[in-house]
Amino acid sequence: MLQDKDRIFTNIYGVHDWGLEGAKKRGQWSGTKDIIARGRDWIIDQVKASGLRGRGGAGFPTGLKWSFMPKESDGRPSYLVVNADESEPGTCKDREIMRHDPHHLVEGCLIAGFAMNAHTAFIYVRGEFIRERQNLQAAIDQAYDAGLLGKNNVHGWDFDIVVHHGAGAYICGEESALLESLEGKKGQPRLKPPFPAAVGLYGCPTTVNNVESIAAVPTILRRGADWFSSLGKPGNAGTKLFCISGHVERPCTVEEEMGIPLRELLEKHCGGVRGGWDNLLAVIPGGSSVPCVPANMCDDLGMDFDSLKAVKSGLGTAAVIVMDKSTDIIKAIARLSYFYKHESCGQCTPCREGTGWMWRVMERMVRGEAEKREIDMLIEVSTQIEGHTICALGDAAAWPVQGLVRHFRHVIEARIDEYTARATREGSVMEAAE
Amino acid sequence: MSVRRLYNDQPESFAFTPENEAWAEKRVALYPEDRKQSAVIPLLMRAQEQDGWLTRAAIEAIARRLEMPVIRVLEVATFYTQFQLAPVGSKAHIQVCGTTPCMLRGSEDILRVCRTRIAERAHELSADGAFSWEEVECLGACVNAPMVQVGADTYEDLTVESFEAVLDAFDRGETPTPGPQVDRQFAAPEGGATTLTEPALYDGSAPARWEETRAKKAAEAEKAKASEEAKKADKEKPAPPAPPAAEGKGSTGKTAAEGKGTAGKTAAEGKGPDGKTEDGKTADMEAALAKLPADASNEDKANAVGTRPEGLDAPRGEADDLKRIRGIGKVNEGKLNDLGIFHFDQIAAWDEAQIRWVGTYLAFPGRIEREDWVGQAGTLAEGGATEFSKRVDAGDVPSSQE
Amino acid sequence: MPKIIVDGNEIEVPADYTLMQACEAADVEIPRFCFHERLSVAGNCRMCLVELKGAPKPVASCSWLVRDCRPGPNGELPEVKTKSDVAKKARRGVMEFLLINHPLDCPICDQGGECDLQDQAMAFGVDGSRFHENKRAVEDKYIGPLVKTIMTRCIHCTRCVRFTTEIAGVSELGLIGRGEDAEITTYLEAALTSEMQGNVIDLCPVGALTARPYAFHARPWELVKTESVDVMDGVGCAIRVDTRGREVMRILPRLNEAVNEEWISDKTRFIWDGLRTQRLDRPYVKKDGRLTPASWQEAFAAIAAKVKGTDAKKIGAISGELASAEEIFALKSLMAGLGVANTDCRPAHSPLHPASGRASYLFNTSIAGIEDADAIMLIGTNPRKEAPVLNARIRKRFLRGGLEVGLVGAKADLTYPVTYCGAGPDSIQALIDDKSYDGKAERPMVIVGEGALNRPDGAAILSLAAKFAVARGAIREDWNGFNVLHSAAATVGGLDVGFVPGEGGLGTAGMVEAAGTGDLDVLFLMGADEIDMQALGNAFVVYMGSHGDAGAHRADVILPGAAYTEKSGLYVNTEGRVQLGLRAAFPPGEAREDWAILRALSGELGAKLPFDTLVALRAALVAAHPHFALVDEIAESDPKAVEALAGAGGSLDSAPFEPWIDDFYLTNPIARASKVMAECSALAHGLQAEAAE
Repeated sequence: MLQDKDRIFTNIYGVHDWGLEGAKKRGQWSGTKDIIARGRDWIIDQVKASGLRGRGGAGFPTGLKWSFMPKESDGRPSYLVVNADESEPGTCKDREIMRHDPHHLVEGCLIAGFAMNAHTAFIYVRGEFIRERQNLQAAIDQAYDAGLLGKNNVHGWDFDIVVHHGAGAYICGEESALLESLEGKKGQPRLKPPFPAAVGLYGCPTTVNNVESIAAVPTILRRGADWFSSLGKPGNAGTKLFCISGHVERPCTVEEEMGIPLRELLEKHCGGVRGGWDNLLAVIPGGSSVPCVPANMCDDLGMDFDSLKAVKSGLGTAAVIVMDKSTDIIKAIARLSYFYKHESCGQCTPCREGTGWMWRVMERMVRGEAEKREIDMLIEVSTQIEGHTICALGDAAAWPVQGLVRHFRHVIEARIDEYTARATREGSVMEAAE
Repeated sequence: MSVRRLYNDQPESFAFTPENEAWAEKRVALYPEDRKQSAVIPLLMRAQEQDGWLTRAAIEAIARRLEMPVIRVLEVATFYTQFQLAPVGSKAHIQVCGTTPCMLRGSEDILRVCRTRIAERAHELSADGAFSWEEVECLGACVNAPMVQVGADTYEDLTVESFEAVLDAFDRGETPTPGPQVDRQFAAPEGGATTLTEPALYDGSAPARWEETRAKKAAEAEKAKASEEAKKADKEKPAPPAPPAAEGKGSTGKTAAEGKGTAGKTAAEGKGPDGKTEDGKTADMEAALAKLPADASNEDKANAVGTRPEGLDAPRGEADDLKRIRGIGKVNEGKLNDLGIFHFDQIAAWDEAQIRWVGTYLAFPGRIEREDWVGQAGTLAEGGATEFSKRVDAGDVPSSQE
Repeated sequence: MPKIIVDGNEIEVPADYTLMQACEAADVEIPRFCFHERLSVAGNCRMCLVELKGAPKPVASCSWLVRDCRPGPNGELPEVKTKSDVAKKARRGVMEFLLINHPLDCPICDQGGECDLQDQAMAFGVDGSRFHENKRAVEDKYIGPLVKTIMTRCIHCTRCVRFTTEIAGVSELGLIGRGEDAEITTYLEAALTSEMQGNVIDLCPVGALTARPYAFHARPWELVKTESVDVMDGVGCAIRVDTRGREVMRILPRLNEAVNEEWISDKTRFIWDGLRTQRLDRPYVKKDGRLTPASWQEAFAAIAAKVKGTDAKKIGAISGELASAEEIFALKSLMAGLGVANTDCRPAHSPLHPASGRASYLFNTSIAGIEDADAIMLIGTNPRKEAPVLNARIRKRFLRGGLEVGLVGAKADLTYPVTYCGAGPDSIQALIDDKSYDGKAERPMVIVGEGALNRPDGAAILSLAAKFAVARGAIREDWNGFNVLHSAAATVGGLDVGFVPGEGGLGTAGMVEAAGTGDLDVLFLMGADEIDMQALGNAFVVYMGSHGDAGAHRADVILPGAAYTEKSGLYVNTEGRVQLGLRAAFPPGEAREDWAILRALSGELGAKLPFDTLVALRAALVAAHPHFALVDEIAESDPKAVEALAGAGGSLDSAPFEPWIDDFYLTNPIARASKVMAECSALAHGLQAEAAE
């Protein structure tokens, strides 16, 4: 188990002062100037060497992403944009950073911005996080007042941070939709290429990073890339904030080592599955977008990118949604289908039309009011969406349904049988036929 | 979501209060001069906070202010579901999170309370006009489910009883205490945190401790490196330069060991060798290779330009068929296996330095990037298939046959 | 140029080609809905997905560039497959998704028979539906009197949004809401204000946006299609006239890159109901102060009786805005035969004259040439109203960046930013005298409109404008930036034919004045309705034309003529481009083509014209003016004419330039007979009044 001394986010429960003084006491803003003095290439190399992979869900190596930014400006400014549009169902980690430990993020913005030759960072906070935004803004104001940010700050790198916010659209968590939204438009994802590193915010080179990724960087640089990479597993380095929700005794957000076994995670921090480990039905291990994993595959399941990939799921945002045997799993997934239907931006055909179709079929399947061949049709519809859309929302909508059918087809079939039997018994089929 | 329309009974006009006006001016100034449009969401939101809901007059006033066509502002107002296009309850508008994590912990009961106590349908005002409700999608407080948001605050870990109590408080004109409605410290587990209990984290001693650890480690690394180099130098007459990555690390460590006050020097030292190699420029690679003796082995060359990827002693279970990657045939697969590379995920995790090392070691620099082994391996590791792997699987690629 | 393999065929294409263009170069057709080559790329319909070897998922060929393709592992060329299982599956899937919520109302849909969705469903879709849920229904939106919406059919391709925003330059359409509830609409269902909005009907790939006036009138397959040219303004847009029997059912644009690309104005498109109403379908002769129906013989006899007793000096003829070159030539020949010198084809006071050289009255830069310009000075013109399609070309040039537009004259919203440089002639003089001008424009254009020219000091203004053009370096061997923008289709043809006052003859203004004072006894009006009929005194007016408009009301004898869709004729547009209009229908009742009327009348007047057929007339015209043989071309003109013009000078009145057209929708007799145009006009005026409040 990870020891407290190796935890990065030491105030996620808001016990201590989230302000500048408290943050400094916990080690933040120490030696920032030295880090910057070591130069852009050193920082990027260290981040690469630490093995930090993006904490927003896709797990792209953070240092590599930074290295795509142009080293010299062609006249256009470069921008750092922080994705704080935390909306993936099950996920509530950035919230804790922003409201209880915001200086990690503020300091991270300065360092990351410096590393990518940006003088401005925009932090796009989801609209519903109002208190979180207020704390974050207050932390930024403190940093300005202390000369840590702004023009002619103590670090020798002019830097501004603007906190922007959305207004209720999951799709704005997609980086190019976020940029559109930041430009004052509807959050509809852009076609790629060109990628944001070439043409991003306002047509300028831009890197979009998750809150947790950026917030982890200062500590990594302070404690050394090898410290971070020594934690977790190869290719899955470091620590991670896990959000455990659903049917555990004591849901919580906790920072743990990458690769921690699921069972250990639940039992150590959450009091275990409600009704005991044997009462587990399935987990959704990485936020709503990843396929569920049934209980029989959970015994030795490690919580990292690669282990979860091996069971055809994913670490995503490390938001673990636990479902015990009392769960109507069809209904649980149907509710996610509704979510994706609700959040589809409507831009491209497969997602706009397909998410609604899937949800409607799923709703019928919750009642059992379907035919068994429709299960295969549902899967086919999901594959007609998957991989055919501009952004990944189409894929994200398809996967939970695919996971459900892969592991719980028998439940759906039983439900259909039950409905048919009832209908026959009660004569409604005969009546309808007349 | 459903079709969103502006409300049928609209006020005549809209104006920000002087306070909000001043705020709006500052807000607009945060964005580049010709990008005023960026401020549209914050301004609309502020208008909504001021009036309780978003009026047509506000939409038009903000369009004029930001010099946007009014249809573009309407697009924004109808796209984002936080904008209330009709009046809401005067005391509280209850937003109930209904997405799966909350559903699993009882949001349906909360919604039932809304239906019976406030109004049958969402967005309808209660009989006294004091309350309204709606079901919203995930509000990002899943470990405190079920929860509702009212204005800026969230009420978490609700039960039917505690939710009713929250509503009662609003009804009395009070603002109930936000946050978890059970005895719990925010997102910590109920009954007390299982982590972050170490007092030393909070007494200001952490930075010094980190510095100490790092210095110690760096010194050890330096020592190890030095002895290794000495050994190498004995063996080979024209000693190849030590792998620059290692050198960079060493010098950084050294500075740290020497203590404070030499930050400037450290930066120069640390940057030099490191920056060069990690740059990924062919010219640098060539320069590094040129320094090697003519008969240098592929491994020496590889060490000069990159970092060797860590290998496994043996495959984890069954080795992957690396020949499913376009560009890897029998020979290369053998060589990779010799390096301890057996699995797609290993290849998928290669960074630039490792790619350069392998490319040089296999004597075809650049090809790994060109053929995107890493990307292919990523797809295959996820259980996906590439066009090439499908052909391999179908037996259409002779070079990949056993 | 990079090479790429498309369905097994290796081709070489520019690196900035999209895969769709590359496929087309390889003769492979890619289905599409949202993509349109004149609009920005949206990439949202996903119909054009193709398999790109090496890419993890199918790519949108409309946006993926050849440059972005990576070579294979052994340096193989990038390979695109459009017929592979991956590509087919993607297409079938998209097709199915588009159809699940699309209503099955093809039998009552006006798009039926020319519907992209129908066609592509046939080519790329499957035959059945697996969708058993309720279909989506969407409220229809009112977006004006021209475009009818049936929004349930909409497939959200956003072509209409992109057209209005980008090409038409009015950001009025948008996609509101999101997901499956997204809807195309204007702001609170306000009517569109663009004069080009009808083009969204052509752009809409389904039946969501259709022509309201045409609704349920006809099916595409029962229409006879005739390719012709438009006469609503001086641009001469290429059009296709669709007729059923003798009625024009609709007018559509034809592709002509040099002139209108593929756009037409709403007046051009929706004028057709005016072709059916207020028609003159038999001759009339005024008896006892009242126009009474008469036979052709009676009408001719009445004219002959009057003309034979009148001195040629007291006879005049004016041709109107819609006349073809042949008709004007025939009228000119007839008047010459009668010894009449009072002839004119121009609006009152126009200084344009064939004697000054052709370059003195043409849009010399050419419409396509606008795209090469880097600065434009508009003088006394509102191209948005006088030539909307040409204005769209200026906007297109503006969108590409690096164009400065200045305006001297009445302020107006032209859909692109304009630097206002003054109101009248003095401002041009000031521009010429402006020593601070840094001369950075390499290809400047000066566009002079009729609002600047058709006034008593028009000649001096024309000269001043030419002087300005010369001063700005707009007149060079390789660049002629001096342009006259004509708002009428007939004027350039008339000037080319030389239908201007003969020796000692009066011009339009002079004739009207002389008629008023009794110095002119007989006035022939060939479709000329835009002169002040009240000022004609007691003159005997012979009106030849198609519609019962101002001229017919004042006439003593009415000779019913053919409208532009009912005759073949040559028209010369503002650039000097000769274009051929074809007959799509027959004139109503006893009405005849104007040249034939003139030919018959000439016999009665004892000055028989020497041609019996249109072919012979056209031969005579070409013999006299050889450039009329070069159909679709612009005969070369000498820019020296502009320099000569610059030196002419003259005394100026400092009065500001007035707008030449105040009501875009009602500029000619056909438009004034159109209910649709009346509705548009009322709407536009309502908006103006609202804006003024």
